[in-house]
Amino acid sequence: MNKTLTTITAACVGGLLAAPLIASTPEEDRETWNAFFEQRFPQVERTDFVNGVYSIDPVGRENWEAIEEFPPYEAAIIDGEDMWNTPFANGKTYADCFPDGPGIAGKFPHWDKDKGMVMTLPLALNNCREANGEEPLKYKKGPIADLLAYITYESRGQVVDVEIPEDDPRALEAYEQGKEFYFARRGQLNFACASCHLGNSGTTLRTEILSPALGHTTHFPVYRSKWGEMGTLHRRYSGCNKQVRAKPFPAQGEEYRNLEYFMTYMNNGLELNGPGARK
Amino acid sequence: MPLKKQLHALSAASLLALASVGAQAEMPELDLDGDVDAGKAVAMDRSRGNCVACHYMPDADSPGAIGPALVAMQTRYKSKNDVALQIWDPTIKNPEVVMPPFGKHGILSDKEFVDVVEYIWSL
Repeated sequence: MNKTLTTITAACVGGLLAAPLIASTPEEDRETWNAFFEQRFPQVERTDFVNGVYSIDPVGRENWEAIEEFPPYEAAIIDGEDMWNTPFANGKTYADCFPDGPGIAGKFPHWDKDKGMVMTLPLALNNCREANGEEPLKYKKGPIADLLAYITYESRGQVVDVEIPEDDPRALEAYEQGKEFYFARRGQLNFACASCHLGNSGTTLRTEILSPALGHTTHFPVYRSKWGEMGTLHRRYSGCNKQVRAKPFPAQGEEYRNLEYFMTYMNNGLELNGPGARK
Repeated sequence: MPLKKQLHALSAASLLALASVGAQAEMPELDLDGDVDAGKAVAMDRSRGNCVACHYMPDADSPGAIGPALVAMQTRYKSKNDVALQIWDPTIKNPEVVMPPFGKHGILSDKEFVDVVEYIWSL
């Protein structure tokens, strides 16, 4: 009996170790991801995961819905609209860079083959500014969050549809790096993103319910009560890294862009519902 | 010095440097005779042990539910030393465990560590 157990254990450990070596396609990853959350939270409609922790926390949801009656991100949308419509010093506007705008959030992040990198919306906005002789905006809070709030509001209802083009192996590599980031333990506290938001989603850290990873990117930028202001997705990443006592990576650096690429791909099929309000 | 030898010397030096950084991989010889009350304070303190973030313990204020309840410890561990090893680096027993390695990563000082072990063992 003892021997059987040992053999089984050895086989399991072997399987675990071998697992990362068996490559799965992004689409297989997404199916596994979805199946995991469906099984873990069978009571939650798939479309409701865009509401983050409130999809699994009825009490928190009541408070949140009360907050949403007078959304704390409303001022940011108005300020962002002003930014969108105000010409740069050279007379051009954001609309000259983004003729389909302002509702363009659903096109990001995407693989930029010419630049060989993941292009995010904030980065594209700053590229536009710099091409028109304007200073780039800081990436975590302030005016960039306002501008993103307006664009995201105008993009509500768009369906996430991130592509990993097969004609450029670097795109898949960026996705894989994002995935690795998600599962890599880091910091003094030795947590991976997945430690809390995958395997322990729905359990409690003190009284805080851990939100499911599915749907995490759809509602940014957010007004976070803890911040008392708006912030971007990469500001949140930075905060998460600090919480586990790891050194945060630069906002819009390669690490966080690839992470956003992976996480947003996992949300393919869900609707954009930003900007959001969170605790 | 030939390059290969230089590289060896370099890696030996960096290994030594790594080993001498505060946190130690292996649990050092410690006198496991800490103070229960001091350990309890560390276990409940959000910025120190914060055991309560994940574990129920008697007297815990709003405990989390990620880890098992810390009760009847002396029926679950053979010795105080086993408890100490588990808190020092729980990934030894289970590489997938979420619990932070409180000793190995230097999250607690040796004194805090020994006190926490005493408290947990007493539960």
